[in-house]
Amino acid sequence: MGKVIVITSGKGGVGKTTTTANIGTGLASLGHKVVLVDTDIGLRNLDVVMGLENRIVYDIVDVIHGNCRLKQALIKDKRFDDSLFLLPAAQTKDKTAVNVEQMKTLCNELKEEFDYVLIDCPAGIEQGFKNAIAGAEQAIVVTNPEVSAVRDADRIIGMLEAAEIRRPQLIVNRIRPHMVKSGDMMNIDDMLDILAIDLLGVVLEDDMIVVSTNRGEPAVLDNNSKAGQAYRNIARRIAGESVPLMNLEVEEGIFNRLRKLMGFGK
Amino acid sequence: MLEFLGKFFGRDAIKADASKNVAKERLKLVLVHDRASISPEMLQSLKEDLIKVISGYMEIDQNAIEVSLNSEEDSVALVANIPVLRMKRSLDRQMPVG
Repeated sequence: MGKVIVITSGKGGVGKTTTTANIGTGLASLGHKVVLVDTDIGLRNLDVVMGLENRIVYDIVDVIHGNCRLKQALIKDKRFDDSLFLLPAAQTKDKTAVNVEQMKTLCNELKEEFDYVLIDCPAGIEQGFKNAIAGAEQAIVVTNPEVSAVRDADRIIGMLEAAEIRRPQLIVNRIRPHMVKSGDMMNIDDMLDILAIDLLGVVLEDDMIVVSTNRGEPAVLDNNSKAGQAYRNIARRIAGESVPLMNLEVEEGIFNRLRKLMGFGK
Repeated sequence: MLEFLGKFFGRDAIKADASKNVAKERLKLVLVHDRASISPEMLQSLKEDLIKVISGYMEIDQNAIEVSLNSEEDSVALVANIPVLRMKRSLDRQMPVG
């Protein structure tokens, strides 16, 4: 029996889809059987981030309305041997196309076959959100160290607890060590102080994420990507391993410090 | 001297007006208000429980009771206005307390 985990945030653009794609790929790399479910009906993106967009035949609405069998809609990621699948969202419907009961049924069916069912939740708190959390037992809240994102994350945490999804875990995404150092970005302690939930991981702002989406190759597969490393660690933590947080300190040589002091450089 | 050393070792985050500290304070305040809401169902349930408990000590005008969650600038308070008709001589418990 697998685990159904929803990845949510409230605010749009903080990295839910990127996180879902990378954690899913990371877990598959560790040998687990994973299915990624895109519930952002009408604005699908998980397919594109995974590089599977030209393999879509059927989608989640087709499955739920009985137009096809579940197996026909699941897209196998050929980079992995039977361990990573995607159930894409529909692009020509909207979030009223499915309801909470249907989502619960679907999740129950999926967890029979997969170790991890990762639900990519759309932004917002309306039907899309309600659908996404319907079948979930656990939640990961993704946020950025930035006022609007934290405010929305707080609201989402309240709504998750109201829906009895206990102990959501936090991923702080797109953190910039230089800005944290100069006092212009909240650090991890600040975030935990405000949101007061368990920390699952921290992901650095990384240009490689843009490249990875350009290519449709999740950063977790790239050994040179800092964000990829963070996601690999997060996948290991989800699978039960204890992995220390990456060192986020800015490495600044003494020469640069002298330069700054004398007024040169940033 | 301390400031010089501070700059050298990169302790900008310590200054009180660092923008992240401003962000933090603003967030804390905003969240006090965002979190301070109670659903109508819960409020009704709270009212009924209050009536039960207080009726054990005094007779109250159940129809005139007012309960609300008030948000001030930096705090939230539960405010209840409960008109009392008569005090009871001894505790008359109709509901288990605690």
